[in-house]
Amino acid sequence: MTELILDVVSGLLLLGGAAFAVIGGIGVMRFPDIFTRLHAGGITDTLAPLLIVGGLVLQSGFTLLTFKLLLILLFLLFTTPAASHATARAALVAGLQPVTRDSTDQKETRSSNS
Amino acid sequence: MRYFIWLTFLLALLWLGLSGVYKPLLFILGGASIALVVWLTERMEVLGAEHDPGALSWRLPVYWLWLIGQVVLANIAVAAAVINPRRIRPRMIEIDAPQHSRVGQVTYGNSITLTPGTVTTRLDGSQGRLQIHALLPEAISDLEAGEMERRVCWLEGPP
Repeated sequence: MTELILDVVSGLLLLGGAAFAVIGGIGVMRFPDIFTRLHAGGITDTLAPLLIVGGLVLQSGFTLLTFKLLLILLFLLFTTPAASHATARAALVAGLQPVTRDSTDQKETRSSNS
Repeated sequence: MRYFIWLTFLLALLWLGLSGVYKPLLFILGGASIALVVWLTERMEVLGAEHDPGALSWRLPVYWLWLIGQVVLANIAVAAAVINPRRIRPRMIEIDAPQHSRVGQVTYGNSITLTPGTVTTRLDGSQGRLQIHALLPEAISDLEAGEMERRVCWLEGPP
């Protein structure tokens, strides 16, 4: 019984991770410039691996495999900010100006400023 | 000296965790590679306050748990913005990084980058200023409220 519950929960976590990875990918296509696209890539970098590794840890239980999976997560969470920062910095140094359009929808802008 | 003991301990833990095959030959190889790495770090003189693994305290897991919670919340906000891209208001802002050590400032900058919706584009260590590109107005008001700033100050402890 507990195995069934574990399987269902880990399956949900894996599906959730996959869904967020896809959303991140869609965001990379949708957003207007490199800086906003970095934010979308951030979803694929953080929440997707968190959920996927979480689902895999539930499958592996208390073994060495869990230790290795958590190490992967640790290294990923330490290195991706450095990569994001380097990309943004390089884009700024290369002279790319971030898009700072306020909005296409004026009504929302006013309500968020008030 | 404390630094070397900590480094040896962490490297041994890493080796044992990654190997999983506990035979004398592998213990000898592991011991040799740990000794090599510790000797190299001594030769390279990279030891010091900034690289002391023993500086990791019990506060770190607490901070990580809180940060993971923030990352999940920020992810949901950015995912909603992906689904409805009209919500995005990209802006560049500057905020203070009042941490007293360089490690603290970098931790703050990296935490901001790790949270989706905000990317640190520049860290001026001497003046303690961060330049940030933010996607959503909520992320900016969260940063200006200073919750993360206080947590990182708490993490690095008193000077």
